[in-house]
Amino acid sequence: MTDVSVPSSLDGVEPVQSVRTPIRLEYTFTPGVAAQTYLREFANKKILGVVSPVDGAVLVPPRGADSRHGALCDEFIEMPHTGHVGSFCVTNVPIPGRDLDLPYISACIFLDGADIGFLNLVAECPPEECRIGMRVEAVWKPDEEIGMTAENILYWRPTGEPDIPFGAAGVRGWHVREEGEANA
Amino acid sequence: MGAGGETTAVIGIGMTNFSATRGDVSMPGLVREAALRALEDAGMGWDDIDAVVMGKAPDFFEGVMMPEIFLAEALGCVGKPILRVHTAGSVGGSTALVAASLVHSGVHKKVLTVAWEKQSESNAMWALSLKQPFQVSINAGAGGYFSPIIRQYMEESNAPELIGCMVAFKDRQHALLNPYAHLHQTDLTFDQVVESPMLWEPIRYSETCPSSDGAAAMVIAHESIADKSPNPAWIHAGAMRSEANNFPGRDEVNPQASRECAADLWAQAGITNPREEIDAAELYVPFSWYEPMWLESLGFCDRGDGWKMVESGATHIDGGDLPVNCSGGVLSSNPIGASGMIRFAEAALQVRGMAGDHQVKDARKALGHAYGGGAQYFAMWVVGADKPTN
Repeated sequence: MTDVSVPSSLDGVEPVQSVRTPIRLEYTFTPGVAAQTYLREFANKKILGVVSPVDGAVLVPPRGADSRHGALCDEFIEMPHTGHVGSFCVTNVPIPGRDLDLPYISACIFLDGADIGFLNLVAECPPEECRIGMRVEAVWKPDEEIGMTAENILYWRPTGEPDIPFGAAGVRGWHVREEGEANA
Repeated sequence: MGAGGETTAVIGIGMTNFSATRGDVSMPGLVREAALRALEDAGMGWDDIDAVVMGKAPDFFEGVMMPEIFLAEALGCVGKPILRVHTAGSVGGSTALVAASLVHSGVHKKVLTVAWEKQSESNAMWALSLKQPFQVSINAGAGGYFSPIIRQYMEESNAPELIGCMVAFKDRQHALLNPYAHLHQTDLTFDQVVESPMLWEPIRYSETCPSSDGAAAMVIAHESIADKSPNPAWIHAGAMRSEANNFPGRDEVNPQASRECAADLWAQAGITNPREEIDAAELYVPFSWYEPMWLESLGFCDRGDGWKMVESGATHIDGGDLPVNCSGGVLSSNPIGASGMIRFAEAALQVRGMAGDHQVKDARKALGHAYGGGAQYFAMWVVGADKPTN
């Protein structure tokens, strides 16, 4: 260690080992055409997806492009409010900024007709009863609370319908669909 | 790497001790410690180095933007070419490959490469749980992301429930043989691993990696210099691949980028039977179940059979035919940015015969492996005690 000379007024003062300096950054976020269109309709309780011009894959929530092909996706379609659990995690760790009772189920939800999933909360379901392939439906906020936010859907709950088989659930559904089309 | 090019080797390796808080050093002090040890191992001084290649996890973890600039003095590279690599958790491996490519391509003769993380000055779990504008905030850190993928592996492979615990227990036993490892759980029992609380079910606390401070460094040199080294680790192959983290039909359990990266690697190294020809492997396993998953993806066994290798003890340093993570792995030390480079450096230590108590006897060829992001960025290399012949 290098000797540092300090004023005599600091003699005997405990040396500073570390300093915490919280920082804050405010910015304006522009979501882009795909997300703006989605959010505007989401405020009307509609869920939009986009269709890949290359092979008809349906992406929800909409992304501006199909990342597999670098293709612009500008055809929107309205999706049903039902789907299934592609896979899930029973979480016992709190999330920064959210006040959720532990444990909670975070699941990758595949809407009926969609080819990618998105992460969301599953509730009204004991964790030990959640399954890959379990059918779910959206539970929306009361109409007066709905706005241009991703949180309009409070959570997803089981519908009680028969499960999607593991081999067709989540990301595996795409291959089942492709094989079906090849056989058609 | 690919065909042609200059023959290249690792001739110096340096690591710091890994621990929850290296409060005795600043970030510059941390990287310098690893770099000085690598230079000493290579028998070199700062002036011998032509260029420096650095890597770490995203800057917002510690909140120091472009730290490669402020670390230039600590790493003796003022006035020399420096390069920064960004590939999330795989960055330590990618950084080593970029450094090697500068020698392989004939641009430089002697390159210092350094990777690090000072997790005590950050909070990686919170950094990975940042609320994105107009998205639901539901993901609690990396465990929340990887748990649903692991669940799919368990279901498709019908693996016994405690395979993950076996990996965690094995890696913590290996860590006892590595003085640098963060976790030295001398009295840990298998039952304690099993009884550990579920954090991200099916992932237990005991099956997750720790948060560590630490750095790793290597000196990578041209054949003309490496020939004078008593024990160079010759680079036989190196490959990188990446893919998007969400697209229709994505194989999340065994990503296409991983499979293609491995196929390229084995082809470059002239390896047709990895299980037979690789003597030791350092795989990036931050959550225990990723050991069987990567064993399958890398072609050490058929799909669905990775857990059988774990169960049979094949990956244990004591009696296994393919010892995996003899250093204790990411499950025992995780300075995120450095973790990939530690895998690459540990592979090199094995073929140099310098791995100390966790040395695999007569190791001639070893694999270093790293992955990052949503299991979407991959970096791998094969190093050998003998010069590559192909």
